[in-house]
Amino acid sequence: MSGSDQIPVSIESSASCSGKPRDYGNARAVLGQIRHALERLIASGEETRIDLNAMPFGPGDLEHLTNCLGTGEVQASVEALGPTRIQETAIPGVWLVDYLNAENQRLTLHIEIANVPQILCPQPQDLALAIDRLDARLDGTPAPNTPPLSS
Amino acid sequence: MAARETPDKTLGESLRDIGLSRRGFLKFCAATASMMALPPSMAPAIAAALEQARRPSVIWLSFQECTGCTESLTRSHSPSVEELIFDFISLDYHHTLQAAAGEAAEAARLQAMEANRGEYLVIVDGSIPGPDANPGFSTVAGHSNYDILMETVEHAAAVIAVGTCAAFGGLPQAKPNPTGAMSVMDLVKDKPVINVSGCPPIPMVITGVLAHYLTFGRLPELDAYHRPMAFYGQSIHDRCYRRPFYDKGLFADSFDDEGAKLGWCLYRLGCKGPTTFNACATMRWNAGTSWPIESGHPCLGCSEPSFWDGGGFYEPVSVPIGTSTTTLLEAAAVGAVAGAGIATVARKGKKDAVKTRQPVTIEELEQKL
Repeated sequence: MSGSDQIPVSIESSASCSGKPRDYGNARAVLGQIRHALERLIASGEETRIDLNAMPFGPGDLEHLTNCLGTGEVQASVEALGPTRIQETAIPGVWLVDYLNAENQRLTLHIEIANVPQILCPQPQDLALAIDRLDARLDGTPAPNTPPLSS
Repeated sequence: MAARETPDKTLGESLRDIGLSRRGFLKFCAATASMMALPPSMAPAIAAALEQARRPSVIWLSFQECTGCTESLTRSHSPSVEELIFDFISLDYHHTLQAAAGEAAEAARLQAMEANRGEYLVIVDGSIPGPDANPGFSTVAGHSNYDILMETVEHAAAVIAVGTCAAFGGLPQAKPNPTGAMSVMDLVKDKPVINVSGCPPIPMVITGVLAHYLTFGRLPELDAYHRPMAFYGQSIHDRCYRRPFYDKGLFADSFDDEGAKLGWCLYRLGCKGPTTFNACATMRWNAGTSWPIESGHPCLGCSEPSFWDGGGFYEPVSVPIGTSTTTLLEAAAVGAVAGAGIATVARKGKKDAVKTRQPVTIEELEQKL
């Protein structure tokens, strides 16, 4: 016996154990920023990216933000330097872009206010090579590292 | 770890060589912007700069330290320490991480200094027994920390003092400072010195400063204590998620009262957040998991000068914030002037000695501080 059983232990329920995420009110400011960004997207097409890693969120603030934005119809994943998970929110034009490394640790988490998240679009330098790449396939000499769609 | 010249390939070329796609590069730049505490809109500028960037040679010197700063660095997850060493920098000398030992290790340092003269970065962790202190308190390969530091920084592009010991003297300099410990900026006056303070610093802040140098080829904007503004520009208090409770006058008065359980402000439990400048509130620790205040403990103020001698960790900050900051700045100015005077006098006497640096002798070891 270590004697530790002599120490009285009482179990209390507290706000942090109630199962409901705590809200420190910091998500509201970001939601306001998203609203302004949406106005700019609609009026002029200007896109906005917000780095949620740079926000002084308390426990529960991020959950409050994502709960408020909800879940939309589109999910996408990009495999480059580890996975990147893209989730449309219930607000059209507002996307959650979660950048992860190969060990599934978060590199950064962005809110993107855009028609299509930037990482899903073909990159301009790649697009410039697209016809050459297709022509090579039409000639029957596919370039290395570009597997056919069926693979 | 053989010393070598700065590689000819740019970062863009190196990443393409390992098969990184342009989407992968875009992601790399988004993560790098976040690491440097820059807005995502900077990602295209970062991409253009990184495309042309070349890895700088880095020499890491460890003096009176506990290796906590290196421990912190090895827990960096974005980039990992491996990515840092292979992609961002050419780490040519580091006691703890290098495979070489003894004379081979010291030869690597000298080779890197010669091959990258005027271009290499020196990172220092730990404080240095001053030029008037007994050199035997801390030696590397039989030579005093002071001699090694002055020899190594002579042809460096810049010096990065990592951790509060190197930046401000830290724990070794705490009263009564038995080793005569001094900070890097007390001793190095003719090179740019960047202080990355913290006990230890946040790993992402160490890598962020290196990434900034790699990306833009120059040092970041610094505050009055030579700390990068991007990470040390705002107080813990101003970025704290518990700040609204301070504004409402809601405080925890003990570690187990109702206020503590409800996550109220820890000011009365000794939180030094109002007088401490660091990025813990946003960058967090352990791969972004949490940070001291989120874990329910007040900030100790570990990134500020003389935090060990700043009164009890659990005593509330008792002076108005404005006065405190001004007093600290004035104290730093006085300290910097005194340090400059000491270093100038010391340099005169030591200049010739450094040229023909000799190991510490028995007589020197026996001298009193």
